[in-house]
Amino acid sequence: MNETDWRFKIAHREALIGVGLALFNFVWWFGFAYGMGSAPVEEYTYVFGLPAWFFYSCVVGFLVIAVLVMVIVKFFFVGVPFEEEEEEKR
Amino acid sequence: MNYAVLIPMIIFLILIFFIGYWSSRKLASSSNFISDYFLGGRELGGFVLAMTMVATYGSASSFLGGPGTAYTMGFGWVLLAMTQVVTGYFVLMILGKKFAIMARRYKAVTMIDFLKARYDSKAVVLLSALSIIIFLFSAMAAQWIGGARLIESLTGLSYNSALFLFAVSVLVYVTIGGFRAVALTDAVQGAVMLVGTLILLIAVIFAGGGIPNIVQDLINENPNLVTPYGAEGNLSAAYVSSFWILVGVGVVGLPQIAVRAMSYKNSRSMHRALIIGTLVTGIIMLNMHLIGVFARPILPGIDVGDKVIPLIALETLPAWLAGIVLAAPMAAIMSTVDSLLLIVSSSIVRDVYLNYIKPEAELKTIKRISFGVTAMLGIGVFLLALDPPDLLIFLNLFAFGGLEAAFIWPVVLGLYWKWGNKYGAIASMITGIGTYIALHFYNQEYGNLLGVHTVTFPVMLSLVAFIAFSLLIRRKAYDYAA
Repeated sequence: MNETDWRFKIAHREALIGVGLALFNFVWWFGFAYGMGSAPVEEYTYVFGLPAWFFYSCVVGFLVIAVLVMVIVKFFFVGVPFEEEEEEKR
Repeated sequence: MNYAVLIPMIIFLILIFFIGYWSSRKLASSSNFISDYFLGGRELGGFVLAMTMVATYGSASSFLGGPGTAYTMGFGWVLLAMTQVVTGYFVLMILGKKFAIMARRYKAVTMIDFLKARYDSKAVVLLSALSIIIFLFSAMAAQWIGGARLIESLTGLSYNSALFLFAVSVLVYVTIGGFRAVALTDAVQGAVMLVGTLILLIAVIFAGGGIPNIVQDLINENPNLVTPYGAEGNLSAAYVSSFWILVGVGVVGLPQIAVRAMSYKNSRSMHRALIIGTLVTGIIMLNMHLIGVFARPILPGIDVGDKVIPLIALETLPAWLAGIVLAAPMAAIMSTVDSLLLIVSSSIVRDVYLNYIKPEAELKTIKRISFGVTAMLGIGVFLLALDPPDLLIFLNLFAFGGLEAAFIWPVVLGLYWKWGNKYGAIASMITGIGTYIALHFYNQEYGNLLGVHTVTFPVMLSLVAFIAFSLLIRRKAYDYAA
């Protein structure tokens, strides 16, 4: 057993995915909030009664992230054993 | 006294007691007391894991203070609160599988166990134990005060009696049940929070005559309320964005959260917790803060922020339902307090006593001391909360930011960067806490440096310190396989 423990490769990749997802989340949140929200209030549009900047940044943003988390976990995350003994049985 | 409100809350508290008792019976038959008491034997499933993280993290501030500020600031504060959604997936993804594997290999039960094994340094252990004990003790005391105030405002009991009631409820089940009791009750409390906020949001929208109506009322009163910039236009984009560090990604460094990332059973529970945690955090944060904003046209002129949620619940719901919904902030406060209590007592018992004072202590002694320290701490907090000294309030002010600045890099880089060593860790912790305290005073005096929250620069500086000292003093690659 050395530093290239096969489980670490998976763990490192998944941590990087986490960083990427957080960056994407930030850009989405920031972009809609300040991109649309900095217009004068008289020019605001509304979705379901909420200001559009808020709706896209916080409501849609949250839903998009939730769906992304589900897709990523389901299709890109790999189950690994945590215990040392299990690993030796492999 | 309002019995219709009170009875559902009492039933809720009894339910919580019952769970604590049930877990304690499981604890009695356990073969590995330390790991069971402080970590629930690493066998949490996905749902419980997600809920315990949400419930620990969602404290008095997300249920009383946060919505209260949203009431004053408008949609800008909801935008700020939504930065917390990231914690739902980020902590588990970043610490993730590597933390779970390493924690098992090191046989780590607390975050400090992990640091001890990774850096092999007495200074790192004592420094971390000290910061956890001081900062989290203060944070806990502040939550107790919040809990007692809530009981006080609901029941009409005096502050001291309310505090006593609160203290007894928390102590009984933390002392007897340990981590599993805390995690299980967190799951129940998380579910209560989720359902409670949904009911209240719907009731508030009805009472306000629909969302378009409420938003129009807000615009008529002050158009700034519907912008991202706050009621007086003084919430800058930089300031709001810096909360991504304080309540978003920085949460990785909080010991009470990190310990949960070593408590799950297997990859499957972790995967489920990622999804459930993200959904629940997002729904609770969005709902609670929207309720705060929407409450404004319905109940104008509330000047104490913490009262917005109790008042709006009593206004828009039938009394018995308000009782159930108000059990949510109660649940949030209790679940935060019990986890903090357990973290502080594990620092004392596990990290200081067993490491350095009496490593060969027998199981019976350890058991007695664990119960004893937990109970003593609780009584200590109770006495302090009766008449909170200024120092306590002062320490609580930077409990979270300070701990984040201290721990984030020793934990994260300790996991992923092989060049990290104990000199880097020590320098990083001292830099983090030191600059946090210094900057806190500077910001108080002159306004926020570059317009961002105090936590921002200390987190960056402690990163620089970690890297610089690790590379400069006795550089040596760490062997993760050893």
